[in-house]
Amino acid sequence: MSVTVNLAETPLRELHAQLHALHEDSNETSWEVLNPRGQHAIAVGLTAPVEVTIRGHAGYYCAGMNQNATVVVDGHVGWGVAENMMSGLVRVKGNASQAAGATGHGGLLVVEGDAAARCGISMKGIDIVVGGDVGHMSAFMGQAGTMIVCGNAGEALGDSLYEAKLFVRGSVDGLGADCVEKEMEEAHVTHVAELLERAQINADAASFRRYGSARKLYNFNVDHADAY
Amino acid sequence: MDTNIPRTTPRKSSLFDDYTLSEIRRAASTGIYDIRGGGAKRTLPHFDDLLFLGASMSRYPLEGYRERCDTNVVLGTRYAEKPIELKIPITIAGMSFGSLSAQAKEALGRGATIAGTSTTTGDGGMTPEERGQSKTLVYQYLPSRYGMNPDDLRKADAIEIVVGQGAKPGGGGMLLGQKITDRVAEMRTLPKGVDQRSACRHPDWTGPDDLAIKIQELREITAWQKPIYIKIGGARPFYDTALAVKAGADVVVLDGMQGGTAATQEVFIEHVGQPTLACIRPAVDALKELDMHRKVQLIVSGGIRNGADVAKALALGADAVSIGTAALVALGDNDPHWEDDYNKLGTTAGAYDDWHEGRDPAGISTQDSELSKRLDPVLAGRRLANYLGVLTLEAQTLARACGKSHVHNLEPEDMVATTVEAAAMARIPLAGTTWIPGANG
Repeated sequence: MSVTVNLAETPLRELHAQLHALHEDSNETSWEVLNPRGQHAIAVGLTAPVEVTIRGHAGYYCAGMNQNATVVVDGHVGWGVAENMMSGLVRVKGNASQAAGATGHGGLLVVEGDAAARCGISMKGIDIVVGGDVGHMSAFMGQAGTMIVCGNAGEALGDSLYEAKLFVRGSVDGLGADCVEKEMEEAHVTHVAELLERAQINADAASFRRYGSARKLYNFNVDHADAY
Repeated sequence: MDTNIPRTTPRKSSLFDDYTLSEIRRAASTGIYDIRGGGAKRTLPHFDDLLFLGASMSRYPLEGYRERCDTNVVLGTRYAEKPIELKIPITIAGMSFGSLSAQAKEALGRGATIAGTSTTTGDGGMTPEERGQSKTLVYQYLPSRYGMNPDDLRKADAIEIVVGQGAKPGGGGMLLGQKITDRVAEMRTLPKGVDQRSACRHPDWTGPDDLAIKIQELREITAWQKPIYIKIGGARPFYDTALAVKAGADVVVLDGMQGGTAATQEVFIEHVGQPTLACIRPAVDALKELDMHRKVQLIVSGGIRNGADVAKALALGADAVSIGTAALVALGDNDPHWEDDYNKLGTTAGAYDDWHEGRDPAGISTQDSELSKRLDPVLAGRRLANYLGVLTLEAQTLARACGKSHVHNLEPEDMVATTVEAAAMARIPLAGTTWIPGANG
């Protein structure tokens, strides 16, 4: 059953009251949000496995802390889309501003356009696929999960990286502290191909380069002080 | 050498004292800065430098054991639909599972619950032990977001966005590898044994305008039910408090430089921030200027040790105080009972601050399973409750002596200062004078 909510007439708080009240087996599985007009925090804190389509641009923290739901933004988004996502799918058909997927623990974030600086900052298990470019300091302190960038990456990619896995098809302006390029093995090609397929992004998995942590900053060592 | 010639007594430098010399030798040997727990140890102007005047001819006291002197406080009345109601104006500050053992976190929850107050999570998330034993639990939302998840956010009674900490305003946290056990590593999604670095800035907002939007998100996720606190370190209390109010805080938590930390560089602890005493009046000024005093509640922390400290902080305009170090001591931290073990670590009870090493003989700042067993959470919780009770009784005693039927009725005019520095910082007249240094610009 499909439900349409017009944010030009309905307060955001009321939309959330309806979405948060949904049970796991609700029949209202398809939601359409009209006239978002850049409002912040749209479709945040969802827990039910429903699909929410936002027709237009959204502001900060769209689909923040998502669990189980599928949120599709038919437009661009501001800072922190899908921040701290736990599970589910968030798809942005346009571009995303800074800190897309920040601290996400799980689920899949797809940005079909570009993502700005600090995409995947402190990512903790989320998978992120960006169809275009990512800005500087992306995957900063990334702990777990995979980031795939089909375009180019800005400066200081993967700075202070823990165990997040990074794959970039285009150029990288520079690697951050403790981030190094690693050999792209067959298993990695398979992993990238699977994620691209889930993201419905068409790209040759074998054309990506792999980056990860050198693990030299894992324990304080005076001989590496210049890297801190 | 002619031993008949009188010689001056060997004299050590006050500038290069024994501690300074030992630190130079330690630095020269290791090549890395000193890390420790706790707050500033240097002598600073503090609440001890203030005195209550008590009642006299111009005002009369309340009978000590017969007339009421209330201590309750409500936090989060500005926007939250479910403000927190506490019996006493003394809360337990945020301290993480990871820096503290699970037993210690449970004991804090038990003690706070018995006393009718709240306790607070820390970096690394919420543990079942802590939630289970805490009637009122504040969930910290930190830059690292270690262990942060929306399920726990919904389980919390309030949310505290940590912007800064008194021990290290402008600095991030650290938890060294010795304490990153399997459980801590799993909760924080980190490899076991790494020296964990916590970010000093939030990953998805940068200033008060962004923070206002972040708060909106948190309120939408939790249906506008829960109070939102903003915790700031004692750096620029007037502006930080004003900006916290602007961003939409229900409560401001202000932590002075005597506030403790689990682990930070010694140079940071001792050389960054302002004394708690110097922070309170500017924060209250900001609240009053915005007509938000008592509407946005102010919680002060950093060196609260006894009921006099509580009463003095309230008299300066705070709605409540928060304790961390004192709560750990109440549980059993630095207890002389473990002196032999402290000696083996090269220290002594009362001076042990290598909390980051995870070898705490008292079983509090450790993840070692054998050491942790030394702390009985039920007994330690009772000790904390007793201590909180004493703080409350002491604050009531002082308030009654000043003729106040509620501890919140204490006011700056009830006090004098014993030092010029304290008089200037607290804007209280120097004892025996009407002089408030700096009051006229």
